[in-house]
Amino acid sequence: MSDKQKHATAYWKENIKYLTILLLIWFVVSFGCGILFREELDQFRLGGFKLGFWFAQQGSIYVFVILIFVYVRLMNKLDKKYGFDE
Amino acid sequence: MSVQTWTWLLVGLTFALYFGIAIWARAGSTKEFYVAGGGVSPLANGMATAADWMSAASFISMAGIISFSGYDGSVYLMGWTGGYVLLALLLAPYLRKFGKFTVPDFIGDRYYSNTARTVAVICALIVSFTYVAGQMRGVGIVFSQFLQVDINLGVIIGMAVVLTFALLGGMKGITYTQVAQYCVLIFAFMVPAFFISMQMTGNIIPQIGMGGKVEGGAFLLDKLDTLHTELGFSEYTSGKKSTWDVFAITLALMTGTAGLPHVIVRFFTVPKVKDARKSAGYALFLIAILYTTAPAVAVFSRTNLIETVSNQEYKNIPEWFKNWENTGLIAWSDKNGDGKIQYVAGDALSSKKPVYTDARGASGERMVSNFSDASNELYVDRDIMVLANPEIANLPNWVIALVAAGGLAAALSTAAGLLLVISTSVSHDLVKKQLKPDISDKDELKVARIAIFIAILIAGYFGINPPGFVAAVVALAFGLAAASFFPAIILGIFDKRMNSQGAISGMVVGIVLMLFYMMKFKLDMFGGGTSADWWFGTSPEGFGTIAMCVNVVISLVVSRVTAAPPQDVQDMVESIRIPSGAGEAHDH
Repeated sequence: MSDKQKHATAYWKENIKYLTILLLIWFVVSFGCGILFREELDQFRLGGFKLGFWFAQQGSIYVFVILIFVYVRLMNKLDKKYGFDE
Repeated sequence: MSVQTWTWLLVGLTFALYFGIAIWARAGSTKEFYVAGGGVSPLANGMATAADWMSAASFISMAGIISFSGYDGSVYLMGWTGGYVLLALLLAPYLRKFGKFTVPDFIGDRYYSNTARTVAVICALIVSFTYVAGQMRGVGIVFSQFLQVDINLGVIIGMAVVLTFALLGGMKGITYTQVAQYCVLIFAFMVPAFFISMQMTGNIIPQIGMGGKVEGGAFLLDKLDTLHTELGFSEYTSGKKSTWDVFAITLALMTGTAGLPHVIVRFFTVPKVKDARKSAGYALFLIAILYTTAPAVAVFSRTNLIETVSNQEYKNIPEWFKNWENTGLIAWSDKNGDGKIQYVAGDALSSKKPVYTDARGASGERMVSNFSDASNELYVDRDIMVLANPEIANLPNWVIALVAAGGLAAALSTAAGLLLVISTSVSHDLVKKQLKPDISDKDELKVARIAIFIAILIAGYFGINPPGFVAAVVALAFGLAAASFFPAIILGIFDKRMNSQGAISGMVVGIVLMLFYMMKFKLDMFGGGTSADWWFGTSPEGFGTIAMCVNVVISLVVSRVTAAPPQDVQDMVESIRIPSGAGEAHDH
């Protein structure tokens, strides 16, 4: 395996690690808090919102936006680390 | 000035703007026509993607649907935004690096097979056509309700406008008009929301007002829950759907969003892989502005509606009620003869839409022949929640007119994006890649323009003569995309061992299974069935999730028992995983 290939494999591994973490958060806020555990969370309140309802109609969307921008930052750094930025 | 004058003025001004941009951004080459020359900035691309994405359904219908279904409406909010996370993380950067024009291009090259390419083209055409017919209809509705133009004439005007900027500018013209359309539609959606939030909760930000207190000190949502319970509806914040079905529908909408060809193609228009990622972020941010406001609008308008009409005498009802009654979106029958409007749980009608007779009732209401025996006396079409909201809240005339211009911007921008995908599928994926590979750039452009022209005629035809199934099918376009494209693209990037046999059998089985389920439970074919017969309690809207899983399993199994893909394809997969050296979107 050439150096370049090793480089590429290492880059891909780190990329997959980031993806796994970010998609886990994606799943937890929407399918977890907004759907599967909604009723449990609805016992708590956020101002006038029941918490589970807030996650389903507001919170998950805010987290989605943040997730993409975090991903952009992480990947830009990763590209630099491996010299793939341009 | 009257609402009518304001509407003509605002619609006229925005249309002039779109035409101006179309003339300024004329396309000279196929590259400009297909991917806007590949030089669109991430922010502009984000705005265009957002406008492309937010259709007449997002603008006009979504808040209304949430308003009438409460928590259950969350599936659309999470489904249509969460898909962008998948798109940004799993698809956009790699497809940009791949650097061709279309989704079938990727499928065809990655699976080294013209069969795969053809299957992808057919899936793209099915998805796009079901979607675009609904948009043309939306244009017709806005015209007929706000400008008292015949609905068919409205569709024709809409066709002419889309045709002009799509033919002239291709992707370039469409991208820059969509930037303008995003500004128009978001302004039109937010202004009434600010006004109403201020009016009802004293907080100008609707996202906060939704969780705020109303006069009397109770929280708005608690008050709405109480109103709902009193009138016999299920609690607004709890909903009726089963947890599994909410889960399945949300996942189908998310993966469907990520697999829609007219959204994916957007990420071919930016210069670098880095820009594709960033652009997806901007797009979701700009979409989220509308998507977090919509549930607030839903709550405001629901509360307003109940308070304005429930137990009120018809004689004293505000003017807007009678106007919408005249356009056929509200119907009331004084079933118990007390002259008051009883709005409680239950279907007021015995069929879906009111059938009006020419007569007027004792209080002056329009008579309808198909009322049911249920005690609910009021039928309200969900679509009027956004359109009538400013009137219900007594907002100034220019705000009401703004909503019409915004609805048109939303419908036109989406229709244009879809028509471009259709024409590209024909001119590039079919003619250039399969029938006549030696076609010149100029001739290919000509074919693309002819294809757009024909596609608009077909879309317009369906807009004027909507087959009964269009409305039912538009939401299912997502299920189709989820069941076909999404797994094929993801596996193509993340599973190097995936081969053409696996991907093709997965796509075919996925889309056929989805079509079958849709026809069985939506169109009553193959013996039909009711919700009691649903497989695993999954509604047709949520079935995309199951069809997608079947697709993945079949793809994996078939690919492992057949030969590995050739070395050059494996090298290509290696190369798209690395962002550098993307170059411009190119042809060969």
